[in-house]
Amino acid sequence: MSTVEELQKKVRELETKLAAFQSNVAPGRKKIDVMSSEVVDSNPYSRLMALKRMGIVDNYEKIRELSVAVVGVGGVGSVTAEMLTRCGIGKLILFDYDKVELANMNRLFFQPHQAGLSKVDAAAATLQNINPDVTIDAYNYNITTVDNFQKFCDTIRAGSLTGGPVDLVLSCVDNFEARMAINTACNELNQNWFESGVSENAVSGHIQFIVPGETACFACAPPLVVASKIDEKTLKREGVCAASLPTTMGIVAGFLVQNTLKYLLSFGNVTHYLGYSALTDYFPTMSLKPNPQCDDIYCRQRQSEVNARPAPVEVATEVTEDDSPVHTDNQWGICLIDENVPEEEDTSNLNLVDGVQVAYSIPVDNGTPESSTGGAVAASELSLEELMKQMKSM
Amino acid sequence: MVDESTRKTLSSIPLLQTKAGPRDKELWVNRLKEEYQALIKYVQNNKAADNDWFRLESDKTGTRWFGKCWFVHNLLKYEFDLEFDIPITYPTTAPEIALPGLDGKTAKMYRGGKICLTDHFKPLWARNVPKFGIAHAIALGLGPWLAVEVPDLIEKGVISYQEKSEDTK
Repeated sequence: MSTVEELQKKVRELETKLAAFQSNVAPGRKKIDVMSSEVVDSNPYSRLMALKRMGIVDNYEKIRELSVAVVGVGGVGSVTAEMLTRCGIGKLILFDYDKVELANMNRLFFQPHQAGLSKVDAAAATLQNINPDVTIDAYNYNITTVDNFQKFCDTIRAGSLTGGPVDLVLSCVDNFEARMAINTACNELNQNWFESGVSENAVSGHIQFIVPGETACFACAPPLVVASKIDEKTLKREGVCAASLPTTMGIVAGFLVQNTLKYLLSFGNVTHYLGYSALTDYFPTMSLKPNPQCDDIYCRQRQSEVNARPAPVEVATEVTEDDSPVHTDNQWGICLIDENVPEEEDTSNLNLVDGVQVAYSIPVDNGTPESSTGGAVAASELSLEELMKQMKSM
Repeated sequence: MVDESTRKTLSSIPLLQTKAGPRDKELWVNRLKEEYQALIKYVQNNKAADNDWFRLESDKTGTRWFGKCWFVHNLLKYEFDLEFDIPITYPTTAPEIALPGLDGKTAKMYRGGKICLTDHFKPLWARNVPKFGIAHAIALGLGPWLAVEVPDLIEKGVISYQEKSEDTK
């Protein structure tokens, strides 16, 4: 068996090399030690360093010291990684367990000849060629399983250029399970992160900045969705799981990296929640407070730590405390749909902006299940092994 | 919402009580025991109703599950391998049930053969944390998926009947 595995590994290595070879015959540029602001054709950083001269960013070259983890290298994550690479980020850590498929070609970044390669390896090769100054680590595993989750946490905790925690985690995954796993890790590690997403109908998206204990975490409320102005009844789902557009994904990646840069380099205001409705070109923003009854014990712990801090500096609220309606006229008639939100629902402290709603509601009183005639399982006197055996022998 | 027969099936599966995931050491063992109890009861119910349609077992840690499910169409029995991992976020998030043998054969799947669940599944699951377990995920997720997709796949000729599946138990 080991020889087959070795051969398979060798094949993968050769495929990666071949792909790298096919994608770019000539090697890119040489490494550059220090970012120069000299305005010459040969300086890849001149236009970025011009941000300093123009007074937008104080210390642009600081980006070379910073480390960002990108979880999910698909339609949003790959573009996000490319933008950060071109901006000269110090270190990128990529996580994904998927392979490039031809079905991905409606998105940006990956190319047909990369089909079959792991997304992280294909991305790392392309990105390294674009900018050899960036340190790129690629991890090809599913972060939601027990073993991998521990590896994931260790990498976030000690993966920076200096061996400390990364400066920011960007969630570019496409499923609830992985988002909750990132949320769990970041609450435990007290790690700031951005959540991002594009809806399965491809016409809305969002980014959300999560500072554990200070802003709502991903488990504080049911997932938020931007109203797409499509009647659910007219949405056809036969024969498909999800649709996607390069436009929506590129826009969301742009918002994500823009706010990442603002946060990392301390300029402008970092938006806590930014939604995007493609059909109406509507961009709701808001700030979200954490839920004191959040299901995640580490979220509650971070909240009490934040509350215990003497007079916290309110960096955050100033950005989003815009109580005035984003749109006073509401000509598209966007409104919260209360069909799924009975009065008992605990969404009161959410203060959602118009055009954003929770995907579903959770009853506060969790005592009465929707189906209960089967009753609860009684404590079994049998051991786990005995139960396993019983199940197996059925 | 969920159709009447699924609702009835669901209601006869015992509910779980321990809110614990695979990182919770001892509590996870309690949860696993409850999972097995609910699954055993569900299989017993199915047998009693002459509708025995899946078998499932796990590794020692209870994080890796595998088994078989079968679906009868026009008096022929079609059998599929079944597998999934328990994510560290379980039971807040449901297990992602996969039928690897059908990977790439239907659009109603995500990578690795994970079945594409209806819009109703996740809200219903979320409203019933931690009371729903693996048996509920099978009844609410896999059952309706097979009922819709398998006849369609057979009709399209994507899957065909295989003799040997006749007496598999």
